[in-house]
Amino acid sequence: MKYSFFPGCSLESTAWDFNRSTRAVCGALDIELEDIPDWVCCGSTPAHASNASLALALPVVNLQKAELMGAPVMTACASCYSRLRTANHKVRHQPAERERAEKVTGRPYDGGVEVVHLLDVLVNRVGLDAIRKRVRRPLHGLRVASYYGCLLLRPPQIVAFDVPEHPTCMDSILAAAGASPVDWPYKTECCGAGLSITNADVVCRLGHRLLSMARQAGANCLAVACPMCQVNLDLRQADIHKSYGDLPDTPVLYVTQLLGLALGLAPDALGLDALSVSPTLLLRRGEVAPGVGGGATS
Amino acid sequence: MSTALEWNGPGFMREVERRSGTRVSVCFQCHKCSTGCPVGKDMDFLSSQIMRLIHLGAESATLTSRAIWLCASCEACTTRCPMEIDIASVMDTLRMMAVERGVDLTNARGKQFNQAFLDSVRRHGRAFELETLLFYKLKSGTIFADMDKAPQMLAKGKLALLPKRSRSVAQVRQVFKTAAREEKKR
Repeated sequence: MKYSFFPGCSLESTAWDFNRSTRAVCGALDIELEDIPDWVCCGSTPAHASNASLALALPVVNLQKAELMGAPVMTACASCYSRLRTANHKVRHQPAERERAEKVTGRPYDGGVEVVHLLDVLVNRVGLDAIRKRVRRPLHGLRVASYYGCLLLRPPQIVAFDVPEHPTCMDSILAAAGASPVDWPYKTECCGAGLSITNADVVCRLGHRLLSMARQAGANCLAVACPMCQVNLDLRQADIHKSYGDLPDTPVLYVTQLLGLALGLAPDALGLDALSVSPTLLLRRGEVAPGVGGGATS
Repeated sequence: MSTALEWNGPGFMREVERRSGTRVSVCFQCHKCSTGCPVGKDMDFLSSQIMRLIHLGAESATLTSRAIWLCASCEACTTRCPMEIDIASVMDTLRMMAVERGVDLTNARGKQFNQAFLDSVRRHGRAFELETLLFYKLKSGTIFADMDKAPQMLAKGKLALLPKRSRSVAQVRQVFKTAAREEKKR
């Protein structure tokens, strides 16, 4: 199983732990990743809110590069995934958009490169049975709220690999890894995403809603698959507690970090030290990874 | 909030529809978009009210609203609209029109952030977060916000000190140039 990998900008900085754990998990599950050479930023929200031609062309530049590699493209970042899929959708279904994309990039592109998300690959291509067979340290005692956020599943015309209002793919992966996913109603509520910098107050309000609902549903940690969700709920958690009163600290891990632990990978290979709210105590209690962090992060 | 508004003709709505590629005119004010909007509480006009303002041709009220800059592009409205209006795309279009027309953007910190982010992408081919944050802070006058997070982020390697440039940066600059030209024709 081979994919052309589009890491995206976040995975090179704020989400380096998502990058490391994605590569480690893929390695352990025999998913071969080859980076798209000289990939460029997908433009993210700033592009689609500022210039429609740019928002179309930046993803297409990457898809044109991937076309030469001959394998489907896989992303881990939910926002990159959404931008690449949106560009493909427009090029495929709107001749004027295709013309515009080709004019701005100066190269032909027919929308033919398939773009998939890591979760899609894990559930639908690797399969839950294969994951279950590889589990070395089941995540017993972890009650996880799977938090999908917005862009993995919306809009369904563009990114359909799970039910948009009630997704279950991440829950299934975590159950296969031995954790207990909790049922909760805010799986696809927005965390405020890119408003983090411009309107931190709004992001804290939304983060508080999410964390307190996850706690009410009985979760002791969250699993995410988006760099913005992770930063808004983890790095801002101290601010959230300050503004809205104390909730217990709730670790927010990338789904790949949790799955990696279950596969028996070392905490270092999963970047667990990068988390602001340390999962050390939680993981020790569950005896998932007794040596996590070596005490340095607790 | 009560606002005296008159119908100003269909020109504004037609332009929004053409540029966003979606039909705002079919909105029948069911408010489903507003009900599910995560930032509705913070908006001056809810998304369904923005649709109504567009029907009325209330260009100035729409383009100066705080709502269009608070939209987080979460696509819940687009996913749930029973008339299949791509409301998130309408919000994008309104932000672009507000910038192009030079309306009063006192509330539009999003505009400054977008600019700082895209400048960084044009320079390096990829977003360089530290630079984006610095330029945004200088432009928006919010120098000290979130400064408490910098030491922790640096210690955890979450804030790269140098850009990771793409070797395709010349191509990216050309794309920015051509895209700006294309956009003027729309």
